[in-house]
Amino acid sequence: MTTSTTQAPGGGATASARPPGRRASSVTAHGPSLWFAAPALIIFIAFALIPLIGVFALSFVNWNGIGAISWAGIANWQHVLTDELTYNALIVTAKVMFFTYIIQTPIAILLGTFTAGRQRYRAFLAVLYFVPPLLSSAAIAIAFKALLDPSFGLGAGVGIEALSQDWLGNPDLVLFVVVFVIAWQFIPFHALIYQGGVRQIPTSMYEAAQLDGANRVQQFFYITLPQLKYTIITSSTLMVIGALTYFDLIFVLTGGGPGYSTRVLALQMYLTGFKANDMGAGATLGVILVVIGLALALGLQRLGGKNQSASQLEGA
Amino acid sequence: MKFRRTHVFAVAAVASLSLGVAACGSEGPSGSSGTDAAVSADAATMWGLTGGATETVIKESISSWNPAHSDQQIKVDWFANDAYKTKVRTAMGAGQGPTIVWSWGGGTLADYVKSGQVDDMTSFVQSNPALAKKFLPAVLKSGQVDGKTYALPNNNVQPVILYFNKDALAKAGVQAPKTWDELLAVIPKLNAAGVAPLSIGGQSKWPELMWLEYLTDRVGGPEVFNNIIAGKPTAWSDPAVIQALTMIQQLVDAGGFVKGFSSIAADSNADQALLFTGKAAMLLQGGWIYSTLKTNAAAFVSSGKLGYTTFPTVTGGKGDPANVVGNPANFWSISSKATDAQKKTAQSYLADGMFTDSYIDTLIKAGTVPVVQGIESKLEAAGSDKDFLVSEYNMVKNAPGFQLSWDQALSPGTADTMLSNLDQIFLKKISPQQFADTMNATLGK
Repeated sequence: MTTSTTQAPGGGATASARPPGRRASSVTAHGPSLWFAAPALIIFIAFALIPLIGVFALSFVNWNGIGAISWAGIANWQHVLTDELTYNALIVTAKVMFFTYIIQTPIAILLGTFTAGRQRYRAFLAVLYFVPPLLSSAAIAIAFKALLDPSFGLGAGVGIEALSQDWLGNPDLVLFVVVFVIAWQFIPFHALIYQGGVRQIPTSMYEAAQLDGANRVQQFFYITLPQLKYTIITSSTLMVIGALTYFDLIFVLTGGGPGYSTRVLALQMYLTGFKANDMGAGATLGVILVVIGLALALGLQRLGGKNQSASQLEGA
Repeated sequence: MKFRRTHVFAVAAVASLSLGVAACGSEGPSGSSGTDAAVSADAATMWGLTGGATETVIKESISSWNPAHSDQQIKVDWFANDAYKTKVRTAMGAGQGPTIVWSWGGGTLADYVKSGQVDDMTSFVQSNPALAKKFLPAVLKSGQVDGKTYALPNNNVQPVILYFNKDALAKAGVQAPKTWDELLAVIPKLNAAGVAPLSIGGQSKWPELMWLEYLTDRVGGPEVFNNIIAGKPTAWSDPAVIQALTMIQQLVDAGGFVKGFSSIAADSNADQALLFTGKAAMLLQGGWIYSTLKTNAAAFVSSGKLGYTTFPTVTGGKGDPANVVGNPANFWSISSKATDAQKKTAQSYLADGMFTDSYIDTLIKAGTVPVVQGIESKLEAAGSDKDFLVSEYNMVKNAPGFQLSWDQALSPGTADTMLSNLDQIFLKKISPQQFADTMNATLGK
C-alpha cells in the first residue's frame, strides 16, 4: 500500500506530458492532482509510518528505557502471546467496544434524526448536546471520578443512597460505569454526524412516502435508516476504532483497575512500556493494537459493500 | 486505487490514534518554577516533585541560591509524583534528563547506576567530610550501590505511620489498636458506629503495599524480604508472606477498609480526606502526609484530634515490633550526561545549598524530620508539631531495621507486577498462594 501512494503523485504530475496510460488518466480524470496530498502524506510518513516501523523493530529487542538495547528475537512475542494479561486486555477491550457500540449507535441515530429537524428549539438543544465533546477526556474523567466517589460524591452530596454505590471500586460494576462515561462523552459527536446525514436526505422522498400513506415510524425505518447506510458505516468505524484507543479517560478514571477490570489493550501497552519499563513487550502490544485496528477498519469498509462508488444519495 | 486509498486511510487513522496514546508518555516538562526567567543555557537543571514540605524547601533554597551564584544557576521544573516516575526514565534514556535527578534510592537508583546514567559521587563526598557527617548514617547508606555513593538525601525521613482520628475512635468508644487482635476487635465496633475503620488509597496501589510490608516484617522479620531481594528461589512463598496476605484478606472480609477503597487515589489525598472528615477512623500512610494534613486540615491537626502510633504488633511474630518500613528519604543524583559546568554547579549546590540552617528550619516548620544529625533541640522547639516530630524521629532512631518500600527496592518491572497482584489480593480475586506463585516467577529475572 505504501508503494501505490508514493508512486501516485508522480503519476499525477506527469500525466499531461505522456500518453495517457491507464493509471495516470484515471487519476487525472477523477479529481485534482495527488500532489495536493503531499503535505498530509509527509506528516503521515514522518509521524505515523516511521514510528510504526520503529515500534515493530522495538518489539524484537529488550530495552528497559534507559539501559542498553539487546536483541530479543521473538522472546517478547512469546511472552506477550502467552501472557494471560494480554488476553484479559483483549477481552476487556472487546467488551468496551461492544457495549459502547450498542449503546451509542441507537441513541446517536435517534438524537441525530431529532436534531435534524429545522425547529428552533431543536437547534438550541443540539448546541447543548454538543457540550461533552468539547471537554477534554481528562477533565471528564476527573469530574466523573469526583461525582462517583462513594464518600464525597453525588450520592453522598444529595443524600440518595442508591447513587452512592462503589461505582469505580467494584470490579463487576466498573466496566459499565466506564462504558457509560464514554457514551456520555461521544454520543453527541456521533449524533452530529447523523444530523448531517439526515439533513442530506431529499425531502422529496418523505413527501412521496407521505402521499403513499407512510407514517413517521415507517418513514424512519424505510427512508431515513437506509439512506443513512454510509453515515452509519462512517460513525461505526470511528466508534470501533476509537474503542481500541480509549486511554486517557480510563487511565484517569480508574487507572485500569480495580485489579485488571478495566485494563484495556492501550492501557496494558502503556503500563507495560512505561510503568514496568519493558519497552519490547510494550511495543509488541502496540503492534497487536495496530493490526487489530487495521483489520477492523478494513472489515468495516468492506461492509460498505462492493458498490463503493455508488452515491450516498442513491434512489434520490 | 480507490480501495488502496482506503487502506492508507485506515492505516493513518489507526496509527495516529495509537501514536496519540504513546505520546502521552513523552511530553516535555511543564510548569517551570520561574525562579529565574533569564537562566543561561548551561545552567544546571533539576526536576522536583510537587507537594508537601520538599517542594517548599527546594523552592526556597533555589531562590536564595540563584541570586547568590550568578555563574552557577539552577533551573527547576516540577512534576507530580506518578507523572515524574514515568517521565524521568524516558527522558534519561533519551539523554534529555535533568542534571540533578530525584530518586527514592533502591531498585531505581540501582537501575540508573547499572546503565551508567548517574555519576559516582564517592570521591566528591570523601573530599567534603563535613557533608557526609551531616547526614544520619543509615540514610546516607541508602544512597549507595555496591559501597559507592551515587545519591545524597535531600529531605526528611519518611516512616510509615498508623494515623488515627481521635474523635472517630471515641465515637465507637475504642482506643487505637496496639496489636493485630485489637485491630480486628475494633472493626465491628467502628462499623456499628457508622465510621469506616480504615481509609486507604487503593487505586494508587502502593498504599496497599504498606500493609504487606509491615505484616510480613512483623510476622517473619526482615530476613523474609532480604531473601526476596537476593532472588532466592521460592522466596515469595515464605510462610510469613502467605500469612501476611491471608491477614490482609481477613481484614478485607471483616469490613476493615472503607467502602470503595479501591477507587480512592492517594495522589489526590482523598484517603486523608476520609480521615480528617471523620468518615474513617485510621489510615496507614507515610510520615510525609503530616505536612499535607497540616495544610489541608489545619484545624483538625492543631486541635489535637490527629493521633499517630506504630503499626500493631502480631502475637508470636518473629519481627521486632520497633521495626519500621517506609522511605529513608528522597535523594539527588547527578546525571552522567550533564556537561562539566552543570555537574560542578550541581555538586556545589549539594554541598552548600542543601541543609543550611534555614533549609532545616523550613523542613521542621513544615512538619517533617530532616535526615541530619543533631537536630533534637530544634525538634523540641518545634511548637505544636513537637510531639509528632519527636515521636517520628525516635521511631526512626530506635528502629533496629528500616525497610525501604518494596516497590522502590525491587526493579520497576517486578514492582509493577507485585502491586497489580497485591491489588488482586485486596479485591479477593486471587489467593495468597496464587500471589506467591506469580511472584516466584519473577525471581532471578
